[in-house]
Amino acid sequence: MNRLRVLSILLICLLASVAIAQVQEEEIPSDDPVIEARLANLSKELRCLQCQNQTLADSPAGLAADLRREIRVQMKAGKSDKEIIAFLTQRYGDFILYKPRVTYTTYLLWFGPFVLLLGGLYLLFHYIKQRRDSITEKPLSADEHRRAEELLASLPGKETT
Amino acid sequence: MLRYLIPLVLFIVLAVFLAIGLTRDPHELKSVLINKPAPAFRVPQLKTPDKTISTEDMRGKVWLLNVWASWCVACREEHPWLIKYAQSGAVPIYGLNYKDRREDALAWLDELGDPYTASAVDLDGRIGIDYGVYGAPETYLIDQGGMIRLKHVGPITPDVWSGKILPVVQELNRQGASR
Repeated sequence: MNRLRVLSILLICLLASVAIAQVQEEEIPSDDPVIEARLANLSKELRCLQCQNQTLADSPAGLAADLRREIRVQMKAGKSDKEIIAFLTQRYGDFILYKPRVTYTTYLLWFGPFVLLLGGLYLLFHYIKQRRDSITEKPLSADEHRRAEELLASLPGKETT
Repeated sequence: MLRYLIPLVLFIVLAVFLAIGLTRDPHELKSVLINKPAPAFRVPQLKTPDKTISTEDMRGKVWLLNVWASWCVACREEHPWLIKYAQSGAVPIYGLNYKDRREDALAWLDELGDPYTASAVDLDGRIGIDYGVYGAPETYLIDQGGMIRLKHVGPITPDVWSGKILPVVQELNRQGASR
């Protein structure tokens, strides 16, 4: 009896989740293997906007399926990958691209690390040079030589204490 | 002295940038369609499928396009507000019934009320793609010339309405009247 109740609750939960789930048509792969290969390639470079850390290829979201379908339609119509990317960025912005475009807003992103690397190298060499300069031994002048000898002579045997 | 200050300054700059980053919603993307023509469509109306609704019909007026669906949980949240704002008459609200079943959509409007002057039917989400919809509810404000002036992603709350949407509606109406 108890088990039946648990089962029926589970069943109700299941039905409820079906009820709120989005209307989802089944995704029909194209019968053209070339298109499917191109789609697989292209959709790896595109971001699913519903679940932002997944590519369009990996995402199970409804929007991703819609966009894949749209890409198939456009490929079938003979559009190039470039044209399809243009179509998508006109609607969703550059954010849909996983690899950011090089524009003035992304210069820092693209070139910042190299600037940091160069800056770090400069500081490193500067530091090494400074250190080398400060630890190179300078020859003693005759005067300093005499004083050192005097000091050593005035302390016989003291260096061991 | 200065060499000890440099790391501190760097730290403060980094902390400020990260703090600003924390206040931003990563899900809210800037629409590329702002100040661009609203993508055209002509599709059947939800309640009267023998009649069509199109962006052309809206020429000359300021209107809102609200993307909704009966499966969309956050749409339920904004719905009472939409009804209130539709009744206020500030701006006509049109719906885009996004990837929904017709009978579900009609039942939803029956149950919760219908704030929409009319709803366009986007069965397969193709219009949604043109508008860059990535999560319902989304709301677009379109001006007299058919330009998208504002996009809001997420439910419309009183804050969003009076702080974001209404000021632009009033501004557009003022400009339209003086034209």
